[in-house]
Amino acid sequence: MRSLSEIDTVSKRSSRAAGYSWGIAEEVGKNIRLLEIFSLPGIKNLNDFLNKKKDIKLENLSLITEQNHANNSQYCPIVAGVSFLDQVGALVNLNEIKFTNMSYPMLFLPFVSRASEIIGRRILLKIDEKEFLMNFNNNINSNFFSKEIIRTAKNVSINILDNEDSFNENEWKELYKLSEEMFVEENESLKKSGAGAGLTDND
Amino acid sequence: MNIPLRNPNLVMKLSRLGSFHQSKLSFLRSFLKEFKDWHYKRDLFELNEYGYGTAVYSFKKKNRVYSLICFANELDENERSDRVIATKWDTAFTLFDGVPAKQDIERLKNEVPKQEFGRLSYKELTLSRANKSVRVFNHVVESLSNGIQPDRELLAKVGYLYRTTAVYGSGKFGLADRFRIKNREEIYGPFRLEMMLVYLVRQFTFDQVNHVAKNKNPKKAVNLDPEICKSLGIGNSTGLGMAPFIVNHPTLLNNWIYAREISLKKIREIRNVNSQESNLFKDCLKKSIKNITSWNTESEYQIEKIKSLLKDLNQFILFLDSEFDFDQDYPFNEIYQYLEKNFGEECIEYVVSMMMEPYDNIVAPLIKKMSSEEDKYFNIPTERTVLELKTILENKYSEILNIDFTKKENNLNFWFISKNKEEPRLANRFDEDGSDLEQPLAIARDIKKLYETLSVSKNSSTIAKFLTSNSDLRHVVRRAFIVEKFTYSEIQDNTIGQEIVPIDMLRLKLSFFGALKFDPRSDKWLRICMFQGAPLPEQLKNYDEYWIYN
Repeated sequence: MRSLSEIDTVSKRSSRAAGYSWGIAEEVGKNIRLLEIFSLPGIKNLNDFLNKKKDIKLENLSLITEQNHANNSQYCPIVAGVSFLDQVGALVNLNEIKFTNMSYPMLFLPFVSRASEIIGRRILLKIDEKEFLMNFNNNINSNFFSKEIIRTAKNVSINILDNEDSFNENEWKELYKLSEEMFVEENESLKKSGAGAGLTDND
Repeated sequence: MNIPLRNPNLVMKLSRLGSFHQSKLSFLRSFLKEFKDWHYKRDLFELNEYGYGTAVYSFKKKNRVYSLICFANELDENERSDRVIATKWDTAFTLFDGVPAKQDIERLKNEVPKQEFGRLSYKELTLSRANKSVRVFNHVVESLSNGIQPDRELLAKVGYLYRTTAVYGSGKFGLADRFRIKNREEIYGPFRLEMMLVYLVRQFTFDQVNHVAKNKNPKKAVNLDPEICKSLGIGNSTGLGMAPFIVNHPTLLNNWIYAREISLKKIREIRNVNSQESNLFKDCLKKSIKNITSWNTESEYQIEKIKSLLKDLNQFILFLDSEFDFDQDYPFNEIYQYLEKNFGEECIEYVVSMMMEPYDNIVAPLIKKMSSEEDKYFNIPTERTVLELKTILENKYSEILNIDFTKKENNLNFWFISKNKEEPRLANRFDEDGSDLEQPLAIARDIKKLYETLSVSKNSSTIAKFLTSNSDLRHVVRRAFIVEKFTYSEIQDNTIGQEIVPIDMLRLKLSFFGALKFDPRSDKWLRICMFQGAPLPEQLKNYDEYWIYN
């Protein structure tokens, strides 16, 4: 088994060899390590992408907007990812960010996961029919369990979710009520001595 | 009195960093302190009459066990080499996490001797190999087998029976990644498991030499005197592999230097120094002179440094004994100022190390803060502005911004990774091929380029916007924001200039390891000795913390 340190180093060097700057190669190293920690096929996708990169008509997406269309080409997932990571602070108020035609979208995913941590919001990433819920870069919930290489995605979308409870108010109240059974009813004596404070709050 | 921390433009110069010496903060000393209460055991010792076979040593406390597995193999004389191109060694070692099963030992027997070409697993923590100092080893075997102790003078001159040529950890070749073990309290503090490996290897070398001598002449042989064992360490040959480490781990470098600097600051701020403290300082300083007078090297560069250090120290000791009064206020601050005014960098940093000796209360809490969670600082704060970044560079790289990189001598060398060994190397970019594959270690040059580009950019632009058209500078943008937070995270020197002495970078790291007797074999590699004078494992429970000076 390869260690994460080896995965990081080899991903970084190979990305540099494929023409990315050192700074971006460093990002890729960290990202592939992240994908492998989350049991997603990082090395598989990176290896395939870097080997086929020369034959793909790639477009560098530097400035992210609400609608991003690569018409006769495909977005480079690494450049688009770096741009998303760098610009996420300015994108948080958009309802949905769409990309059409993205090459190797799994390589875009870890940038989105890291962005979730930076802005402190969950992010839902859809790659065609596959869904990935990014939880602050701590974990990823997904309906995609395959180790396959995803070479292109027609539609990629990002929803930055509001920080909301996953339960309704009734469920919370019910649970809270049960937790109240751990409280001790205070008699007069306990009221005076329990908190250790004086009898007046205005001293 | 508030003494400011020393200026990074003074401390982080390569010549200063290359003058650092071991101290109470050194990793091998803090390792011994942490593991002194652990139960040491030799679990397996299956060597043939010539000393070839397998051995296992362990440290245990409660449910935690670390086991050193040693493989000693026969090596043809022609195959023995300390150089990085070697593919076979007298011995190979791995530190195993727990108690190895028979299957583990069998698996590792095939992999560990292959070193870089073997595959380790998450169960193994560190990996190393070592070669005999054949002359010394054979002399010791010969003497012991004849019932006599070896020539102490010869042993003192070399200082060890074996020398390692590499110690690997942190995920290399499949070893356990640091994240698997980083929450274990006993290994807070960098390189603790690497230190454990070297320490246990040292014991193996004594056991092996006794075993071979005994088998050679069972009736007459004696064991190596434990006092002689104590006087021997483990040698180490170290090359350029270590140099980029301190560039590639800026927050870790900061935490090492910061611990040293904060110790010095606090010691200089002590108003009254009692006689016990001043006597301990003077005692360590005087006794330590023997580590200098017994420092052997053929390197003209190092001989000059040693001569100057010895001259300065003798003069300083004379000053301490005849003129200096420890009863005055803030005596260590007076000493420090006197040193800066009168002596060279080697002597200043030597005495700074010595100043820490009486102050366990200051130094000990800092040791646990010498590791680093580097990933925390990886993301670039892209909402910041061009003006802010420019200001950071002006404040944190003021001297570097004055270097003219259009001059050949300032841009002479490049760092690269060699294909055959995957190790860092340094070469002249004008004489050699390969500079198009340069590693990102020319920080000073790239910072200067970043500054020039920022200077023609709009001050109010965000870094996110700046990076859309300056991706080639991303690595130094990240760095500058790290350096903003961590004062001592950057070498304030040019690492590709004509004047660079790469062994200064090695020396810095090795001094934090706790190495003694730096012996440069060229400007790019050196030999050192570790654990010389250290207590043996059986003596750890009640060991003298100042063993390094005895």
